[in-house]
Amino acid sequence: MKKFLVILILAVLGFHLFEAFSGLGLGVTRFEKGVKDYYLEKTVSELHVANTVTSIVVNFRGFDTLGEVTVLFLAVSAMGGILYKRRHQTGDRSVLFSSSSIVRSGSKLLFPAIILLGVYVFIHGHLSPGGGFQGGAIIATGFLLMLIAYENFSVSHNTLSYIESFAGIFFVGIGLLGFMNGGTFLQNFLPAGVLNNLFSGGVIGIIYVMVGFKVAAELTGLIYTILHEKD
Amino acid sequence: MIYLILIFFLLILMLSAAVYAVVQKDLLYAVIATGVISLVLTAVFYMLQAPDVALTEAAIGVALTTIIFLITIRNTKRHEDDYNKKDNLKSPLK
Repeated sequence: MKKFLVILILAVLGFHLFEAFSGLGLGVTRFEKGVKDYYLEKTVSELHVANTVTSIVVNFRGFDTLGEVTVLFLAVSAMGGILYKRRHQTGDRSVLFSSSSIVRSGSKLLFPAIILLGVYVFIHGHLSPGGGFQGGAIIATGFLLMLIAYENFSVSHNTLSYIESFAGIFFVGIGLLGFMNGGTFLQNFLPAGVLNNLFSGGVIGIIYVMVGFKVAAELTGLIYTILHEKD
Repeated sequence: MIYLILIFFLLILMLSAAVYAVVQKDLLYAVIATGVISLVLTAVFYMLQAPDVALTEAAIGVALTTIIFLITIRNTKRHEDDYNKKDNLKSPLK
């Protein structure tokens, strides 16, 4: 009964959402003039960045990205705090069990490829789709695979927190360097370079590498804390 | 035309997986169904020309969230209790 009520409510909600969105029309220009034209023009002409999404996220709206990184950091810290208390109440308990040799060999084979893909995604954040968050999440997925396949695979929490802290400080430091060059917080101060080159887009590449390291370290630490409840 | 048919097929697949996840009493199957929703959503995002969002959805929605739910199920219990039963005294809804 309760489930049918839930499905009914969801159906009503879905109907009204469909009604609202059906009039929009996919791929049709709806805003004749707006801030999008400014972004689209400045991204290619001044910043020399191939990926417009990246230039908006890191350059035009860089402060919001700093906020997002902080939110992720706070969430992971809170989760670690809760699980720390729980770990000391329940004693030694691990959710892992030994996996088969097929899973072990397969994950050993896949792990370097996944890490390489993650690094590629966040280094080429300003050229191709993706960026720091995506690359960091992909790297964390690779570590998750290894943690599931090998019971005694361990990552050092100290190293993870050093990487995370250094990346966060570097991000804010780059933002403050914008002030020193007479601009605003997180303003670009490096030369823009040539469009479609790896070293283009000024500070965007550096910031995304830092965000990638930070997100990868945070998510890996979170998964490790959940998987190994024993200390 | 093929584009529209494909995207409607994917949306219907997502809807049916969502309904299955709500109805299913075995929580393991429900979690796998939510993973399927994310997987299909990745394809939909890619078709709607948002590859950045598709990458995020693939890494976080399909892999990380599903695994965290699976660990939670392993730590608690696999089957959903029927709280509407009269003789279930442990129900939190009473």
